[in-house]
Amino acid sequence: MAAELHVELVAADRSVWSGEATLVVARTTSGDIGVMPGHQPLLGVLESGPVTIRTSDGGTVVAAVHGGFISFADNKLSLLAEIAELSDEIDVQRAERALERAKSDADASAERRADVRMRAVSAH
Amino acid sequence: MGAQLRVYKRRIKSVTATKKITKAMEMIAASRVVKAQRKVTASAPYATELTRAVTAVGTGSNTQHPLTTEAETATRSAVLLLTSDRGLAGAFNSNAIKAAEKLTARLEAEGKEVDTYIVGRRGLAHYNFRERKVVESWSGFTDQPSYADAKNVAVPLIEAIEKETADGGVDELHIVYTEFVSMMTQTAIDSRLLPLSLEEVAEETSSKDEILPLYDFEPSAEDVLDALLPRYVESRIYNALLQSAASKHAATRRAMKSATDNAGDLITSLSRSANAARQAEITQEISEIVGGTAALADATAGSDR
Repeated sequence: MAAELHVELVAADRSVWSGEATLVVARTTSGDIGVMPGHQPLLGVLESGPVTIRTSDGGTVVAAVHGGFISFADNKLSLLAEIAELSDEIDVQRAERALERAKSDADASAERRADVRMRAVSAH
Repeated sequence: MGAQLRVYKRRIKSVTATKKITKAMEMIAASRVVKAQRKVTASAPYATELTRAVTAVGTGSNTQHPLTTEAETATRSAVLLLTSDRGLAGAFNSNAIKAAEKLTARLEAEGKEVDTYIVGRRGLAHYNFRERKVVESWSGFTDQPSYADAKNVAVPLIEAIEKETADGGVDELHIVYTEFVSMMTQTAIDSRLLPLSLEEVAEETSSKDEILPLYDFEPSAEDVLDALLPRYVESRIYNALLQSAASKHAATRRAMKSATDNAGDLITSLSRSANAARQAEITQEISEIVGGTAALADATAGSDR
């Protein structure tokens, strides 16, 4: 059995996902980072973007994460986000509408949020 | 029906209606306490992880940050007071306000200017009525605060602390809120949020007796701390808001329970008085009848003779 790491994905007001994984890919301010079991202790600032978690049973969990941190130590990985949504929780139509609206309002941050949601859904 | 009896009956009816309302409010508050408590628990993992991360940066690097450096002579403090939008919660709001006033007095005695920030209409009304200066206030979300609300509150406070004191910034940030100890006990407490003493934060987490590993910071310790500390403050404010909301609902529940009990007592004593009044009325009627018959009997007896 491959080595595993324990992942906790928590949003400010709830725990979104937790479980065992073999690989976690997230976007930090200095670029995408992949964490596998046995990585050296790490603390980084996340950009809003999709986070991909390859679970130990072979599945993939994708979540849209808006701002937050990644911290890894002792084979435990914590993803802290102000807002985090799993791809299956995202309402695609709503995200599309939000994207249109954000584009017409020229609201860059809202556009980015909606865009991240859409990408999280399509990556799934 | 006699006039007195009618008055009693009317009062019983109105007290019964009031009792129904307070009973309903009690039950609503009871269900909201549970919900609010659940929210406090749900926010715990984020807060714990964040505290761990802050401790890790604080102990793992010698970074200096405006949010952690103590001013040599603090001249101005900000006090954030958390109250509720609505009353009917016993001494909930007045206790919080009292605690804030005590803190303000203490800070002023130390020679610091105090800027007041208020959450909740009740606290704001109290300060406005006394024509005290309030720098900024928020309301409308105290029953069910969301993380976005906490963020809104935190933004100007963090801005104020990052500004130089000479330009109107503050050196310290205190928060006064009502801690939810249990269903029966809620205490108004004040705590200093900023500048953050990393030793204190470390103490909070050290109960687990773990040695923090040497972290690799991405992109750098300064940048991580820059991003981390505001989030930490937001999360603390969020936690305080949630606890304050839970406390408010618990206080409402208790106040409404005693109101319901009082209404019950009042109904009992009013029905006793009403019964006595009815009995007095009957007694009077009987004695009138008896008196009447006696007079009639006397009259007939007289005419017979």
